[in-house]
Amino acid sequence: MKLFDLRGGVHPEGRKDLSAECQIRSVPLPKTLYVPLQQHIGAPATPVVNVGDHVLKGQLIAHAQGAVSAPVHAPTSGVIAALGDHAAPHPSGLPVPTFTLESDGLDQWIALKGEDDPFTLSPEDVAARVAAAGIVGLGGATFPSALKLNLSRGVRTLIVNGGECEPYLTCDDRIMRERAVQIVEGIRLIAYAVAAQEVLVGIEDNKPEAIAAMQAAARGSAVQVIAMPSMYPMGSEKQIVQVLTGKEIPAGGRPADIGVLVHNVATAYAVQQAIRYGRPLISRIVTLSGGALKTPCNVETLVGTPVEELIAVAGGYAQPAARMVLGGPMMGQQFANTGVPVMKGTSGVLALTSKEIGQAEPSPCIRCSTCVRACPVGLLPLEMAAHIRASDLTGAVDLGLKDCIACGSCSYVCPAHIPLVHFFNYAKGDLAAQERAKLKQEATKKLAEARTERIARIERERAEAMAKRKAAREAKERAAKEAAAQAAKEAA
Amino acid sequence: MNPIAHSPHAHAPISIGKVMGTVLLALTPATLFGFWLYGWPAINLWAVSLIAAIVGEAAVLRLQDRAVKPVLMDGSGILTAWLLALSLPPYAPWWIAVLGSLFAVIIGKQIFGGLGQNVFNPAMAARVMLLISFPLEMTTWVAPLQSPGLLDSLRITFMSQPIDGMASASLLGHVKTEFTRGIGLEQALIGHYVPMDMLWGSRVGSLGETTAVLLLLGGLFLIAKRIFTWHAPVAMLIGVAVPALVFNMIDGNHYAGPMVHLLSGGLMLAAFFIVTDPVTSPNTALGQFIFGLGCGLLTWIIRTWGGYPEGVAFAVLLMNAATPIIDQYVKPRIYGRDRKGAALPANKG
Repeated sequence: MKLFDLRGGVHPEGRKDLSAECQIRSVPLPKTLYVPLQQHIGAPATPVVNVGDHVLKGQLIAHAQGAVSAPVHAPTSGVIAALGDHAAPHPSGLPVPTFTLESDGLDQWIALKGEDDPFTLSPEDVAARVAAAGIVGLGGATFPSALKLNLSRGVRTLIVNGGECEPYLTCDDRIMRERAVQIVEGIRLIAYAVAAQEVLVGIEDNKPEAIAAMQAAARGSAVQVIAMPSMYPMGSEKQIVQVLTGKEIPAGGRPADIGVLVHNVATAYAVQQAIRYGRPLISRIVTLSGGALKTPCNVETLVGTPVEELIAVAGGYAQPAARMVLGGPMMGQQFANTGVPVMKGTSGVLALTSKEIGQAEPSPCIRCSTCVRACPVGLLPLEMAAHIRASDLTGAVDLGLKDCIACGSCSYVCPAHIPLVHFFNYAKGDLAAQERAKLKQEATKKLAEARTERIARIERERAEAMAKRKAAREAKERAAKEAAAQAAKEAA
Repeated sequence: MNPIAHSPHAHAPISIGKVMGTVLLALTPATLFGFWLYGWPAINLWAVSLIAAIVGEAAVLRLQDRAVKPVLMDGSGILTAWLLALSLPPYAPWWIAVLGSLFAVIIGKQIFGGLGQNVFNPAMAARVMLLISFPLEMTTWVAPLQSPGLLDSLRITFMSQPIDGMASASLLGHVKTEFTRGIGLEQALIGHYVPMDMLWGSRVGSLGETTAVLLLLGGLFLIAKRIFTWHAPVAMLIGVAVPALVFNMIDGNHYAGPMVHLLSGGLMLAAFFIVTDPVTSPNTALGQFIFGLGCGLLTWIIRTWGGYPEGVAFAVLLMNAATPIIDQYVKPRIYGRDRKGAALPANKG
């Protein structure tokens, strides 16, 4: 198959050999799990169990709320000990609403309803079961998967993303090597749910074993497994679509606009598990890696497991970590508190040494335009950063700030070590805040106008009522006077 | 707790200091060749240029209350002075080097706000200042391989003692002079234009501009190292060679051919080490090509019809001034948008 070129891109040191040969291991059942209500893009789930309730593994504990949301299930059996704030797996470490689940050690499943022949289900049924299983995009975006299925019905091409272009991460590599048959069935279910005519699985060519395993599993089906050149950010949605189809997703649009749907391989696995066995999404494969860990590896872990328990599985620290990261090094987030839980979107836990990070003090931009050559979107990172530095956000937007995918390629190659993506995310946040402030201002204005109008109306109504009463009183007085006059007349 | 750091949490093994160091490394063969060609006076001049730049930059940073060491360590001031030295006549007196270097790092760079802020290439700005202010010293050339002794060379550099019988003329200067005497090109080139000598660099010229081969190798090394791309250098060579070829074919006795132009003056030095200066050139590949083409064309025009025999420095400064305009109009197409910036149409097919 003909592949198309990726614009820009970088070749970060892969460092995947640290964990690539490690089979997926299981993690000892944690005593306490922390399950946040929001593990997806959209509205947080609404709790349906109370503190003190005993729940079974896979039991619904919070249901989806609103159009863009996903339900949350109990990762193991036990007692809901609390529903309150717990540190979020986020750089701020701020507390978010979280279930605390005390495991009873039995790991007892709730009764599951699977399907021996899942292709007898209607496509709508498949999507409904995916929604009920709480499946979200496991590549890291955590967008509710069922919503994507429903919005993409009738697309031409289903692309399944096995790119895994982030350095260090090997969780998708391992799941493809070890569970290719299940993944291919999941892919076929997704293709069936959206009636796709063409199914392409893109895998970077630095994972030959995964490619071989997937090709073997896909033999005889319509699923085509394609080796793509290894380059970052090959696994980004916009980029994988471009490389496999030669088409670009219109600015501000979705892949469905050009007849494409993209799902991650791990999501396909979760879909297969949900449809065939009725298992909701309560666990995932996580890569534990980085130079500061003793034995980097891949684990299958329950959602809600505190990160520190995983670090113990990886043998603890070989040396103090200069930085802890959730996800890959290019787009992952730093975190400080190892008590934070693994969530549905957590692909990796990295303990990095300062040598691996390679951070240095920023120096002035020499306009070398290495960032321009690295940008896979065709932006001018140096110019955008200069505008943002001068607080000219409008100028940065005109240069394409909103098209930035925050892949980090520009920051990675910048010889001046300027934190370009930090500038862009700061600006995006500031713009969002400005937009919110504007909406608030408009709402306030509307309310104020309504109030003025209401007061005027009340005044008017009161005046009218008074006038009416006055008229009535006068009429009454007049009538009384007339009556008195009449009486006087009669008396006279 | 660590201070919060933003992604990416990895970085390519590169820094400004490494970039500058690589460029200096690429310049070293041509520089050593210049030392061999012109002997001790060239070494003196090079050393004086570098020292003046370092001292001058340190003084200015001190005046600004800025940290001196990190700025000096980035190597940009040294590179500027080095490039300036390579573009000076090898027997020029010490004060030419000092004035030029101070002008380059202080007026050319620091006054604009330091590294990355200057509009004009500092080395070329300094060279043009020197050429306009001290035309005699800046156009006194010597024949190569005269190898004066150390003592003589100190006299040449520091006491401005001209040494009899050493003066010579550069090829472009010689041709221009001959034209004024009504002598045609074919005759003027005899004995002055020996293609192999021109290629290797055994010719009259500035300290480091004569060896086309070593400059070319240095440039290719930097392209291989991805310090810059081929666009600006190739465009500059095209910008000179194409009009030279066309006019040479029209009137061979009046317009020098492309090889004469490519191998003379500071063209090779400029194509690989001056127009590739990132600070003062456009930031897209197409923009850099246009920039290089403009530098080449202007160089050829100034050499052919201008008052000066050599035009590289003027051409570069003129195109430096045009860089913001080029950047304004030449921008990459953004993913998912057309050239004008509108979103691509949806196509579900």
